[in-house]
Amino acid sequence: MDTKNIKNAVDPQFFKEHQESLYQALEDKHTTIELMDEEDPLNTKMILNMGPQHPATHGVLRLILQLNGELIEKAKLDIGYLHRGVEKIAENKTYQEFMPYTDRMDYLSPYSNNVALCTAVEKIADVEVPERAHYIRMIGCELARISSHLLWLGTMVMDAGAVSFFIWTFREREKLYDIFDNIGGHRFTISHARIGGVANDLTDDALAMIKEFVNEFPKELNDFHGLLDRNRIFFDRNREVGVLTPERALEIGATGPTLRGSGYAYDIRDFEPYARYDEVDFEIPTRLEGDNLARYYVRMEEMQQSIRIIEQCLDKLPKGPVRTDNAKQAYPSKDEVYYSMEGMIHDFMMTDTGICPPEGEESYHAVEGPKGELGYYIKSDGTGHPWRLSINSPSFKNLQALEDMLDGEMVADTVVIIGGVDPVMGEADK
Amino acid sequence: MDLELSDSLQNVIDDLSENFTDSLVNVYQSTGDTFVQIEAEAVADICQYLFDEHRFIYLSDLFGSDNFTSEDRFEVYYNLISLRDRERLFLKACLPEENPELDSVTDVWKSASWLEREVYDMFGIKFRNHPDFRRIFMPEDYNYHPMRKEFPLLGIPGSIELPSTTPDTE
Repeated sequence: MDTKNIKNAVDPQFFKEHQESLYQALEDKHTTIELMDEEDPLNTKMILNMGPQHPATHGVLRLILQLNGELIEKAKLDIGYLHRGVEKIAENKTYQEFMPYTDRMDYLSPYSNNVALCTAVEKIADVEVPERAHYIRMIGCELARISSHLLWLGTMVMDAGAVSFFIWTFREREKLYDIFDNIGGHRFTISHARIGGVANDLTDDALAMIKEFVNEFPKELNDFHGLLDRNRIFFDRNREVGVLTPERALEIGATGPTLRGSGYAYDIRDFEPYARYDEVDFEIPTRLEGDNLARYYVRMEEMQQSIRIIEQCLDKLPKGPVRTDNAKQAYPSKDEVYYSMEGMIHDFMMTDTGICPPEGEESYHAVEGPKGELGYYIKSDGTGHPWRLSINSPSFKNLQALEDMLDGEMVADTVVIIGGVDPVMGEADK
Repeated sequence: MDLELSDSLQNVIDDLSENFTDSLVNVYQSTGDTFVQIEAEAVADICQYLFDEHRFIYLSDLFGSDNFTSEDRFEVYYNLISLRDRERLFLKACLPEENPELDSVTDVWKSASWLEREVYDMFGIKFRNHPDFRRIFMPEDYNYHPMRKEFPLLGIPGSIELPSTTPDTE
């Protein structure tokens, strides 16, 4: 195949202009790339189109790779196959109505997304959140982080060739689903946080389950370590693969574990503490190598730290209300709604109009999601709908780093590197 | 309006107003975040200056906004982070409705590349000197910029050609 003129060699069936410009972009990448040999008797050069339906790409991610034998000379990513326009939807919804959509952004850790939206709205509308709600949110966020990292662990090890491991991490995830089911009534897209607090208090049942999980999980984590840390195959598949040097990582805008695996201890929980993260002790695991193995260690240690945070939260969990008692800012409790006229009116007003931040205010608030900095920028026009709601999604930025990382790697490592970066397309495509 | 700034941010603002007197339009705070509004022509220079002199070496986010007003309709925000001073600073540039164009900051932060493509895709704001200027979410064949306020929520019927769902008969 004549790779020098990629554009002419393909005959796209749909989105003609789009396909052509994508192939053109691949052709144009790195203007300094050496010209290919006219003579290519072994036919080692080819363009490989991967995705968007490739199962190992963790969603509808499409890669176009230019190969020389088994070496990736350059790569381009094509995203947007899951674009639903959630930012546009947000402009037409009240703040609380938008929350179920955030569940479906990073669908592996819905709780973090709920909290990210709520904290941003609370910041712009100046809502006081009760102490107990903060701690419940922290517990939820850390459980979500473990849940997300467990999925990453299972799929990454599966990408490296061991399928049974996936089942073991999913056994642990199943326990987390049960906990979430008990906390908020949903296993997956839980929507438990509310503006001004959370939907309901933790039941004794849920608390007992969380305690049991916190006691049991470190043992499982140890087993995972025992299985993988000195595993020759896993080690060789991940070490010095997908290396992102500290300077590159910062330059290309990597975030979350991908950035911390490259040596920068940038964690929003520490950089701009929200909820009550300044009152608990935890460490920010970092590595200097910047390869896939470093990202593995960072995430494994993060799970340990999450357990530590949950333990402290359970110890400190104060008594009190779980949602602010101000009918202009938050939903009234169901007791009030069912048994008093005012409660019902307030409930109706919250659903119909919602909370109205002051006109012209702008605010940005970020939380540390499992994938990295997850920020919401809100601009208010004084009504119950945001004028502009912009989402700073970590997967989007990590995918950009991935495009950079893939150049010069082996084609067999592609899926492992994608697994190591851990993108979620629901979030990257907005 | 009085600003409550930390020492390092005060230092940044002072430096900016000294070196870029003509380009600095406004400095304001909203719910604790500091926004610096600058002239659109000076964006690349000021970003380079902040990168070099004040170590804003990490670009956290870059996004657009549509005011739907006749003047200064579009806004582009830069969310900068200084890891040394542990500060976050927002730059903001306003653009006219007709032919909104900005200099790309990909020379300063490579990470701006996709973010600028997203702003172009959603708002139709063009970036000069961008190394790979294409749409990012919507296909290249698409003629609209969906985050503009005049674009209907339900989309425009027939604006996007969908692939045939019947298998090839060849």
